[in-house]
Amino acid sequence: MFREGVRDCGPMTIGISAWGLVAGVAMAKSGMGIPLAILMSLLVSAGSSQVAVLPLIATDAPMWVVWATVACVNLRFLVFSYQYRPYFGHLPRRRRVALSYFMGDTIFATFLRRYPEPKREPGQVDYFWGAALVNYAAWQLAVITGIVAGNAIPTEWGVGFAGTMALLALTCTQLRSRSTWIAAFVAASAAVAAYALPLRMNIVVAIAAAVAFGVLAQHARPDAAR
Amino acid sequence: MSTLEIFLTILGMAAVTLLCRSFFLLPEQDLPMPRWLREGLRYAPIAALAAVVAPEIVMTQGHLIHTWRDARIFGALAGLAFFTWKKDLFGTIVCGTGVMLALKFGLGW
Repeated sequence: MFREGVRDCGPMTIGISAWGLVAGVAMAKSGMGIPLAILMSLLVSAGSSQVAVLPLIATDAPMWVVWATVACVNLRFLVFSYQYRPYFGHLPRRRRVALSYFMGDTIFATFLRRYPEPKREPGQVDYFWGAALVNYAAWQLAVITGIVAGNAIPTEWGVGFAGTMALLALTCTQLRSRSTWIAAFVAASAAVAAYALPLRMNIVVAIAAAVAFGVLAQHARPDAAR
Repeated sequence: MSTLEIFLTILGMAAVTLLCRSFFLLPEQDLPMPRWLREGLRYAPIAALAAVVAPEIVMTQGHLIHTWRDARIFGALAGLAFFTWKKDLFGTIVCGTGVMLALKFGLGW
């Protein structure tokens, strides 16, 4: 089953590598230096969060604002962990946490396509490890290559803009319904309007406003939800 | 931020990320997912991403840009158009960055 996991994740590595390269270049251009950028990639291993915090770190946002932003970007993982429970809930806690570290978006999609029924089956853990290790290796290799290569490109070229474009594209992938459009619009407007707030609090204000408007919009037109 | 602050920020990010990834796998008993959480979760990621990216595109040094000759705007528009057309993440990044660089170096914006 390990091999099957490796095989199913294989074709995905092209997309993962491309995105990893961009994330790596953006991280190199943030000015945090190669060692810290590599450390962040290895420890955090979550592309969208890594790119999302770069503008915050560059503008000296307080740590808790950075962490709150990461938590919000990562909230989708809560849903993943909930859905993994039927498959991995029986394992000892230490192993559950070890598996969790590798639970990215690609693995989730791959795993649920292979095991659509939420029940235990032999070989699932091996399958997960096969897919997860291929994914992790491809991702880290690409990010670190991007960091080293990005560091060699002069900052004036403006290649760091690739990070902004990556965030924009990631935002677009989340636009699924009318209420997500409203949430995105509210968040963008509020973040710009409240930019003068100290400590990059505009991000916190924008997220709170957008979640409130999103939920309101959904309840105002229940038929349009989802 | 100083190197030490960035280092601590990274440790915190790693902890927050691992907590999110393992949240419902941590307890020994199954936890129910409350409805309010499920609803709020739908909007938090897009809110955070949009809030971070919007000022990066339309602001300079804390002020709204007041010229339409800004390469970033057109780069972003090109990226958005590409995404609408192909729904491809990597293509969007390359297209948007390419247009931005072309305007910046081609026209000197």
